[in-house]
Amino acid sequence: MLDWMINNPVPSALLVLAALSLSFGAILGFAAVKYKVEGDLLVEQIDALLPQTQCGQCGHPGCKPYAQAIADGEAINHCPPGGQATINSLASLLGVEAPSLDAEHGQAPEVKQVAYIREEDCIGCTKCIQACPVDAILGAQKKMHTVIESECTGCDLCVEPCPVDCIDLLPVEEGVREWAWEKPNADLIASDRVPSPNSAEASV
Amino acid sequence: MTSHTIWEVPGGIHPPENKAQSMAQALAECPLAPEYILPLNQHIGAPSAPLVSVGQSVKKYQLIADAEGIFSAALHAPTSGTISAIEERLIAHPSGLSAPCIVIAPDGLDEACPLEPCEQPFALEHAAIVAKIRQAGLVGMGGAGFPSAVKLNPHANTSINTLIINGTECEPYITADDMLMQTHTHELLEGVRLLAHTLGNPDNVLIGVEDNKPEAIAALQEAAHKANQKHGCDIQVVSFPTKYPSGGEKQLIYILTGQEVESGKIPASLGIVVQNVGTAVAAWRAVRYGEPLIERITTVVGQSLQVQRNMRVRIGTPMNFVLEQNGFMASQSARLIVGGPMMGYALEQTCVPVIKTTNCLLAPSHSEMPEAPPQQACIRCGHCAEACPAGLLPQQLYWYARSDEHEKLEAHHLFDCIECGACSYVCPSSIPLVQYYRAAKGDIRKAAADKLKSDKARERFEHRQERLAKEEAAKEAKRQARKAAAELNKAKMAAQQAATETSHSQNLASTSTHKDIQPPAIPAIASAEELVANAATAAKAQQDPTLDKARLSRTVESLASSITRMKAQMAEAVSEGLDPSRIEKMAAKLKQTELKAQEAKTKLDAFDKTLATGVLVDAAAQKMMASPQDAAAKTLSSLQKRLSKAQELHLEAVNENKPSADALKQGVIKLEQKIEEAKQALSEAQNAAPSSSSSEPQQPDAAAAAIERAKQKVQAAASMTPEQKAQAAVESLQKRLSKAQERYAKAQETHDENLEAFATGVEKLELKLKAAMEAQQEGSEQA
Ligand code: SF4
Ligand code: SF4
Ligand code: SF4
Ligand code: SF4
Repeated sequence: MLDWMINNPVPSALLVLAALSLSFGAILGFAAVKYKVEGDLLVEQIDALLPQTQCGQCGHPGCKPYAQAIADGEAINHCPPGGQATINSLASLLGVEAPSLDAEHGQAPEVKQVAYIREEDCIGCTKCIQACPVDAILGAQKKMHTVIESECTGCDLCVEPCPVDCIDLLPVEEGVREWAWEKPNADLIASDRVPSPNSAEASV
Repeated sequence: MTSHTIWEVPGGIHPPENKAQSMAQALAECPLAPEYILPLNQHIGAPSAPLVSVGQSVKKYQLIADAEGIFSAALHAPTSGTISAIEERLIAHPSGLSAPCIVIAPDGLDEACPLEPCEQPFALEHAAIVAKIRQAGLVGMGGAGFPSAVKLNPHANTSINTLIINGTECEPYITADDMLMQTHTHELLEGVRLLAHTLGNPDNVLIGVEDNKPEAIAALQEAAHKANQKHGCDIQVVSFPTKYPSGGEKQLIYILTGQEVESGKIPASLGIVVQNVGTAVAAWRAVRYGEPLIERITTVVGQSLQVQRNMRVRIGTPMNFVLEQNGFMASQSARLIVGGPMMGYALEQTCVPVIKTTNCLLAPSHSEMPEAPPQQACIRCGHCAEACPAGLLPQQLYWYARSDEHEKLEAHHLFDCIECGACSYVCPSSIPLVQYYRAAKGDIRKAAADKLKSDKARERFEHRQERLAKEEAAKEAKRQARKAAAELNKAKMAAQQAATETSHSQNLASTSTHKDIQPPAIPAIASAEELVANAATAAKAQQDPTLDKARLSRTVESLASSITRMKAQMAEAVSEGLDPSRIEKMAAKLKQTELKAQEAKTKLDAFDKTLATGVLVDAAAQKMMASPQDAAAKTLSSLQKRLSKAQELHLEAVNENKPSADALKQGVIKLEQKIEEAKQALSEAQNAAPSSSSSEPQQPDAAAAAIERAKQKVQAAASMTPEQKAQAAVESLQKRLSKAQERYAKAQETHDENLEAFATGVEKLELKLKAAMEAQQEGSEQA
């Protein structure tokens, strides 16, 4: 064997190379099967950035389908609830320019909202339950329904189907607990200041 | 007095102390205010739950709101009076927002409810002391208002080796703790001993005081010396050089022990507990005298006040009332600050109440605290990094905060920033650095909360999709099964119809050969076979129905056994001559159970019927493969088996004199009849066998038999006169009609769902019969 290899250097080198490439191929193939990534990574990543309001304003039945659509090449500025912040993070994920929100799909909401059922008006038709994408409504046939506030995404989908119009979307109240400091206005210069409060009085 | 090693924290600043103004005067008592406003959330954690209602009169010290869970604190009435409202009121908070408060209108009597003093607090168990402290509503009085009982109740697996009492009070202007240490020295020492006792007497008990409070240090040292001698404890008063901010918890721990608390950990992880001096005094009063926390010492200071001093203020006193007591000159005031000049916040309204953590009201004049100059660009001088006591890079944090780079901020340990303001203080460009950090922290927390919420929404959405898909699949499977069953039925009918039609066609044609009738029949059979196979697979695709059946039959059995048991009981009761009303009740119950049993039985039967889609389909498929002869033999043997069983049952019932005996007997009789029929069928099949099996050995069962019969009929009909034929038709129709009527009556009895269908069936047959009779008459007339 050794003699033969020494006498025939070129064929033996080819043989060795062939053997090596075969074995590496086998290893790689095995690894590809064994460590296969479950699901579509890009879609998951995009979905993680979407606001999960599940409102369908993007024209898809939920955020995940829109994530899939973006992965397939749809524009990234179709999600009003996410607003510019979501567009920006999507742009940086995908390495593209961040466009501004496509007004065709609606305006970015100014405040967070949550659905509220006027319970005395509810007739228990269960229509809103069927509409809610995140099962945030509780109720049964001919029984009063109510929204689980902490689960409601404020997607607005339950408002339309209600035959007696007893669902309102109310802005989420911001209490002391939710409050946070605001960033100082960095671009303020001396002359922008409100007139000095020398004469102003602190209210008592 | 042994000297204690002092470690020096990095950074720090030396702002003007401004502590003398408020220490010049003695501690004063704030008079009764016209109104007390008690926010339900004066502490870190869940708001307390109100225990009183509007209009209710309360006494001083009375519990008016209870702690809601562990991370919460109780609330007590600061004076006697009536609850005038429980509503949202403005509170002392940088947001300027309002929060739920209990409002008390004092009656001026200041009547107290009796307290529960404890003569021997050191004899109490750990749990008892912690409970008393919890009941008194104690929270950390130095800063954030962390419920004290939580800190005194460390995890079972952490042993506390050091108790640090924080008397640092490093922030300018504030002297409340200094005043407390000087005026309540004895109580403070007792409180320290009590806290040490509660924590299992740790090795080191240290009271840390900055060296700018010589009177307090002297008083404490003397008292500590006495206490150490008297009680044999080892309380050390440690003074260290003044520097802002030594009073931060982590900073003080480093100064006194040289240990650093890791980022994101609590001091207890190092076996250290830190409590404020005010908390120690309040703990002593709570345990020794049973006195809940209803007042605190607050520094009221600033040049817009005529009198600057420390006051004992009841919790809930409106700040404007406190200021009025000290000659507040609104025209002079630049703004009102709660807390010190470094870490405090400005208030927009002064009608907010003093709460458990309000250590200072600062009302500076314009000259005393001019507005900060506008911010300029960072010149990267690095002063801020030198000043930072937490060893952070404020300048970097500032850049990242400006551009909202949350990951970078967290990587640079933004959350280790104690918001001391040292960096802002030294910044030559007057950049309000701390404000950026506070805002960034808020943003990050909000983003985290949003992320949590959106994750939850995603999960709920996905679960819902899954559920809907499952429901849809189940519906589809049912639909399939139903379709298969219907088609099977149809196939059977088609086969039958094919048979009858052939007979009809034969009737009409009168002369037709064997071969003419075959073609329509065979496809019907083939498709029937296919359908059976389909239905079988569809039925199998559904979950195993036999399990459900087993459950149902179990129910039936258990009900039956309970019926026999009840009957026995009743018999006993009757023989013992119990009072009739009880027996009646038992009878009623028995009746109920019997009804239930019946219901279960019908359900089971119904189930059997539905099961037929699955099981019968299999059986049918088998039967199709078997010859009619085999089928008949099988039916016969199974019937015979059933008969013997029924007979057994009947015998048993007769022996035991059961009321069911009659019913059973009926069953036996019916079975016997059926067996007769089956026997006949068998003999018929045997007769027919040679021809059918030889001509079409593969041709299966019922349809085949029907065709066979049809053929026979055709042959018979062929030899009949038209009158005879018409007669036969009428007869057969009459037979069918009576059968249908029977079925209808039965359905009526059992309230069958398909009652209507039966009714229309009968109607149709009646019409047909009429037509047939007319035809017969016509035929006879023609004849
Ligand atoms: S528009 Fe609505 S459904 Fe579409 S991605 Fe945005 S939040 Fe989700
Ligand atoms: S309750 Fe209404 S608004 Fe809220 S998530 Fe459900 S459908 Fe949307
Ligand atoms: S002190 Fe101010 S100017 Fe200097 S580096 Fe820090 S932020 Fe910049
Ligand atoms: S405010 Fe934060 S960053 Fe600035 S000095 Fe204090 S701890 Fe350091």
